[in-house]
Amino acid sequence: MRHLKTTWRHIRRSPYQAFAAVFIMAQTFFVLTFFAFFIFTSSRIIAYFESVPQVTAFFKDEAKQEDIDSLRQKLEDTDKIAKIEFSSKLDAFEKYKELFKDDPLSLELVNADILPSSFGVSTNKIEDLSYVADMLSKSAVVERVVFQQDLVKNLSIWTNALRKIGIVLSIILALDAMFLMIIIIGIKISQKKEEIEIVRLIGATSWYVRWPFIYEGIFYGIVGAFFGWLLGVGLFWYATPFLESFLKGIPLFPIPAVFFAQLLGVEFLIAIFLGIFSSFLAVLRYLK
Amino acid sequence: MIKLDKVSKTFILGSSGLVDITLVIDKGEFVFLVGPTGSGKTTIFRLLIRDMLPSKGTIIVGDFDIVKLPHHKVPHLRKKIGVVFQDLKLLMDRTIFENVVLPLEVSGVKPEEAKKRVEAVLTQVGILEHYNKFPIQLSGGERQRAAIARALVFSPDLLLADEPTGNLDPSTGRDIVNLLLGINEKGTTVVMATHNIDIVNNLQKRVVALDKGRVIRDQKKGKYATS
Repeated sequence: MRHLKTTWRHIRRSPYQAFAAVFIMAQTFFVLTFFAFFIFTSSRIIAYFESVPQVTAFFKDEAKQEDIDSLRQKLEDTDKIAKIEFSSKLDAFEKYKELFKDDPLSLELVNADILPSSFGVSTNKIEDLSYVADMLSKSAVVERVVFQQDLVKNLSIWTNALRKIGIVLSIILALDAMFLMIIIIGIKISQKKEEIEIVRLIGATSWYVRWPFIYEGIFYGIVGAFFGWLLGVGLFWYATPFLESFLKGIPLFPIPAVFFAQLLGVEFLIAIFLGIFSSFLAVLRYLK
Repeated sequence: MIKLDKVSKTFILGSSGLVDITLVIDKGEFVFLVGPTGSGKTTIFRLLIRDMLPSKGTIIVGDFDIVKLPHHKVPHLRKKIGVVFQDLKLLMDRTIFENVVLPLEVSGVKPEEAKKRVEAVLTQVGILEHYNKFPIQLSGGERQRAAIARALVFSPDLLLADEPTGNLDPSTGRDIVNLLLGINEKGTTVVMATHNIDIVNNLQKRVVALDKGRVIRDQKKGKYATS
């Protein structure tokens, strides 16, 4: 308790240094929060695209059920198939109705007869999509094949690249924050040299002198992490309506509150580690 | 209580602080260390609290062998010795109470207990009414008393006072010495470094005279000068 009081006195008496330390920490954790959101949402988006049928084959109107069943069997025999979903003309119309339920004009123009029946096929491996698409397009009963190999592939490449950039940027900022904390706490130790000498002469142990500086590092870490997180969550909340309309159809929202709480918890742990590590280095360097 | 055996201290640039000092001070004694500036009085005090190590010789303070004392046990030694520093070493941004309570704080004494002890010791030195003031608001004599209070708050077995009357008028200086005599009468060993001839001559206590780092005289009921 008395160490915390001393820590608070240190912080109160040099507010600009404290502000600088909190500011750099908040910056670091804002970037961390931003990339955590990015990783979370991009994972969900990729998972969504992976879960929807990756190859869709539309059948000709004259296609007979036994031809379709035989094609299904041929596909299943390849061992490359994860799932095949047959959608009849009626199913397609139901889906159409659901999609255009707010647009009566579009509903009037279409009926079940003009919509094709189809196969939605998912493969075990994304690289097998071409093979399956090729096989389907060669079938006499298939009118047209649509597959989204490039979309999922490109999405994965981009998100992986951005994840790596995010991780590198976060590490660079964390190092920045650490060095600045070492300098700030070092300055404080230098300012308190006389006081430290006096308390040592009257019997203070090394740890009695060190603890307030360690707590100070933890304080800057936690406060910075909180503000960085708050700013990140605030911006995400502000951008949610735009993201919702941009990613229409992808079940991304609402983001569960537990994700935000877990993120804050993890950021606090990182902040405490950063605070302890940098203040400990400062103490070792300046308190010999 | 204190035993210095053939202690020498040579500083980095080669100047001698102490040369082959042998000195024994028993428990409960009141000893004046006298001598001109640079004679080694403060060096002895710094050695006794292990603020520095001797170049040669052994030093025993109570149960502590100063030379062999491991670094992590130095705080234990310092908690047994009350020191009134020549420059007082009061923290100017803390109140008298906060200054005096510091040795108790560093030892982890509970706040309620610490408060009681500080009030008692401030009463003893006569500045209880100033406990909420900052050192800058006090007179020289009051600050000296605050420094003594901080040295006494742990009821140490040994009190080292480095020129505690240095910057005080004769009357205040006498008050401070009377205070130290009272503390000594209660059983605390007191070693006082001083230049004050009147005080040393009037009190007829043991006098250890130093010059250029050597003990030149050690008298049971001594005077500042032999002449």
